[in-house]
Amino acid sequence: MIQLQSENASYQGVKTLHDIDLKVSEGEKLALVGQSGSGKSTLIKLIYERYPVNTALVPQDYGLVNHLSVFHNVYMGCLDQHSTFYNLVNLIRPKADQVEMVRAILSGLQLEDYLFRPVGRLSGGQKQRVAVARSLFQKGHLLLADEPVSSVDEQQSRVVLKQMLNGFSTVVLALHDIQLALAFCDRIIGLEKGRIVLDSPAKRLTEQDLLSLY
Amino acid sequence: MDSVYKHSRAWKVSWLFVLLAGFSLFFSDIEIISLEPWQELKRLFLGLLTPDWSNFSEIIQAFLQTLAFAILGVAGGSAVGFLLAQIFHWRWIQISCAFIRAIHELFWALIFLQIFGLHPLTGLLAIGLPYAATFAKVYAEILEEGDKSALQAISRNASTISTFFYARLPDLWEHFKTYTSYRLECGLRSSAILGFVGLPTLGYTLSSAFMEGHYSVVWALLLLFYLLIATIRYWVRPALLPVYIIAAPFIVANDSTISFDNVQRFFTEDIIPAPIMRGDSLSESWHWLSDLLVNQALPGIANTVVLTQIALVASGILTLLFFPLISSHFFKPVGRTLGHVLLVILRTTPEYILAYILLQLWGPSMLPAIVALALHNGAIIGHLIGRYSLEIQLRADAGRGLNRYFYELLPRLYGQFLAFLFYRWEIIMRESAILGILGIATLGFYIDSSIQELHFDKAMILIFITALLNVLVDALSRYLRAKLRLTTNVDCRASNDYCTARE
Repeated sequence: MIQLQSENASYQGVKTLHDIDLKVSEGEKLALVGQSGSGKSTLIKLIYERYPVNTALVPQDYGLVNHLSVFHNVYMGCLDQHSTFYNLVNLIRPKADQVEMVRAILSGLQLEDYLFRPVGRLSGGQKQRVAVARSLFQKGHLLLADEPVSSVDEQQSRVVLKQMLNGFSTVVLALHDIQLALAFCDRIIGLEKGRIVLDSPAKRLTEQDLLSLY
Repeated sequence: MDSVYKHSRAWKVSWLFVLLAGFSLFFSDIEIISLEPWQELKRLFLGLLTPDWSNFSEIIQAFLQTLAFAILGVAGGSAVGFLLAQIFHWRWIQISCAFIRAIHELFWALIFLQIFGLHPLTGLLAIGLPYAATFAKVYAEILEEGDKSALQAISRNASTISTFFYARLPDLWEHFKTYTSYRLECGLRSSAILGFVGLPTLGYTLSSAFMEGHYSVVWALLLLFYLLIATIRYWVRPALLPVYIIAAPFIVANDSTISFDNVQRFFTEDIIPAPIMRGDSLSESWHWLSDLLVNQALPGIANTVVLTQIALVASGILTLLFFPLISSHFFKPVGRTLGHVLLVILRTTPEYILAYILLQLWGPSMLPAIVALALHNGAIIGHLIGRYSLEIQLRADAGRGLNRYFYELLPRLYGQFLAFLFYRWEIIMRESAILGILGIATLGFYIDSSIQELHFDKAMILIFITALLNVLVDALSRYLRAKLRLTTNVDCRASNDYCTARE
């Protein structure tokens, strides 16, 4: 599914990833863990660069359009599945069937009440869930998410992660919360200073093992 | 004794400009020629007390024409500019736009008058063409600087148009709207002065009233113009714009038709340099060209530069005097209101009209042009700096009066002040050239004379030189701003203030 061989990558001119070898098979749920600056975000970007087709992305800065409603931001995940004309009409007059589909996804993320509210007027945690909703609406073989629950509380994090893992067969998450990583993913990749220093099935690891990375 | 203290670059550059302006003063002709200038000025201001609305239908007609040309020109310009902004990364588009922008609306009007006569297309293109070039540049800057984070999450298979309308336009819409509505205000001023070269807008009525000494009518026109600009946000509504755009063509329509012979002759005969038309020998051609360059272009350039440099520094000095008038650090609300009224009047009156009025009163010399340019630009930048000064929080025990001015405010505002002033350098130069049409010997004077003598080939070369000079000053201004690190941040750039500074 994903195959990277001795890859290097730079972020803003600084080399942040060294010699990355990574193979991910269909159906795997991966968590990338490590300190901030260890290269998690760059690795997510790198995978997206290599495999952009049929891949949904939840970037760290959400990638939302503040002046558009929640509905439109979520619908944006599927722009490529409709004609330009259809998209433009939907921008001015939301299509009833699309609204229903988006509403169904939002209700799973406790965002139903904000369907037509401009994203700019939502809180940080709500915005983050809108970005997740967009990826769920987009669907695909692979989900790449960079800290997708960093701004939502513990209980909601679990709801959101569950939705994401159910929605996609293969998932790569950057997570700084190791408890969540161990609870939801089946394979853990530890990064330190741009190198992979740990690659192990989650069930063989304890929290103690991962703490050494921090 | 040697001083350890070192002055900043901004300080040195400022003095360099002041010295240049002082030096230029020796080469400028500054005098009051008319016999009783102050008497005439008094008569003018007495007219303010008795505005004359008796020709109401004529006044309304002039305003409708002014509005219609402005709306059509700006609407057309913004539509074309919007499309050009999408391909603005192409180098030749940037260069052509810089060149088109560098030529003043009035010069464009003089050119199109030659091609289309008094057909409405002349006014439409005279505004629309340079505005399209400006829109292209600023829209492209807005697109470039806007948040692009939503783009990364969108599937790469989505169509460009869908992506643009979903991921870019909604968040940039406010910026486009603010800038475009600001440009409509500029468009009204441009449209008004097109009357001075014969289009049926405000300038036409104003100049005829002036020639006949009907100062009461002049004031009626000016007061109505101030009212129109002051209320712009009430009558420019998104819902009303389509109505205006549909109505405008009916207002500007007239009986004149485009003569295709004229169009053809313009491109195949009029603008072809005379030596080529005549098939002159190389030495004869050189003689023709050097005559044009030495006797018209050079003195025109020299006078344009002299006027520009004096007017630039005078604008700067007036700015520094004007901005405290509207700043709460210096004046109480009553005083500030008066300051606002003064600055609004000065910046709303097109500099061309100011110069025209002063020239009629004082006779032709550089003085009216300097005063007009300095008042208009000083009021614009003074307004911006005054508003900017409100963001400064002074400590409770800060000094008062001049101490406050020189120790607390000026040091904090000076960088912004220089940035705005350099932004307007190119605009002042464009205006200096155009004021030549009023009889001051800048490039506009030679261009206008060539056109009067039906030497369009010479006029085109001189216009080309004027444009080059502008592009050069623009580049110099950009260089100095970079050198002095006078950058405006993104938020400020997208705001209305930035638009005002940039025009």
